[in-house]
Amino acid sequence: MTGRRDTTGSAGSRLLGVSALVGVAVLLLFAFVLTDPDVRVHPTTGEEFGQFDAVRLLYLHVPMAVLTYAAYILCAAASVGYLVRRTPWWDVTAYAAAEVGTVFCGLVLVTGSIWGRPVWNTWWEWGDVRLMTTLVLFLLFLGYLALRRTTVDPRHQARRAAVVALVAVLDIPLVNRSVEWWENRTLHQQSTLAELKIQDLTLFTLMLGFVVFGLVGAWLLLHRFRVGWLEQAAAEHGVAMAIAERHAELDMPDVDAAVGDAGDGP
Amino acid sequence: MTHLAYLVAGWGIALVVLGVYGFGLLRRGRRLTGQVPAGQRRWLTSPGDDGRGG
Repeated sequence: MTGRRDTTGSAGSRLLGVSALVGVAVLLLFAFVLTDPDVRVHPTTGEEFGQFDAVRLLYLHVPMAVLTYAAYILCAAASVGYLVRRTPWWDVTAYAAAEVGTVFCGLVLVTGSIWGRPVWNTWWEWGDVRLMTTLVLFLLFLGYLALRRTTVDPRHQARRAAVVALVAVLDIPLVNRSVEWWENRTLHQQSTLAELKIQDLTLFTLMLGFVVFGLVGAWLLLHRFRVGWLEQAAAEHGVAMAIAERHAELDMPDVDAAVGDAGDGP
Repeated sequence: MTHLAYLVAGWGIALVVLGVYGFGLLRRGRRLTGQVPAGQRRWLTSPGDDGRGG
């Protein structure tokens, strides 16, 4: 599965990357050229209403929201795997999924805000339960990522991070169901996708968005996993080298001198 | 086209952030690869691991 020796790329990841780039280009074509704006006519007044061209932001925003859920659920699943098996593979997977998910979650908040300004006439609504639960989700996983940067024993850090991930992921059902559970406390509409209230090219473009951003997310996750794996291998290699050097010093004929030299160091 | 500035901002920010993040991952990977012996660059297995993540 390894590719060129100096990169984290492989034949599979390069194919995935090219597919994602081509997919983004095709998605832009559908989102901006081939689909129509959301314009509806009021049945009695004849007045035009709807999201107009702002709907084109949803081909980006909605898939990224679903990918955020997917990444955080993967993080939680890998955290369970780590707590059960205690092997680095699960820990690196959880960390990678959390980081990629947080990038997507941040973009969901930003693109949602940009969409909300023309459609809802506001950048942000503090009383909107979906916005707030999404913000809480983002902050929880920022805390997770901050915890991963603390300098404690890596095994303790991994165990604590796994527990934090399992707590943080409990917010996802709240985010997802908030529009039904607190329907009077959100500007968000209830699911149009599950009830197939959108059709034809709009639906197709939204589905294409899921596929394309799924490819982008998979590529990012793959490379983030490999970077995490290398970070861990580099740290272990550094420790092994230091131990080997120390042993080499102790194997010197004048052991007392070697110990004395090492003791003079920082 | 209506709301063009919002569209450019929304799509632009998202694609630029994802691009910069992806490029950053590649750079981090290149830098780290030089610090790790070739035998330890196997992504799915490690010494003592069964290769299935467990």
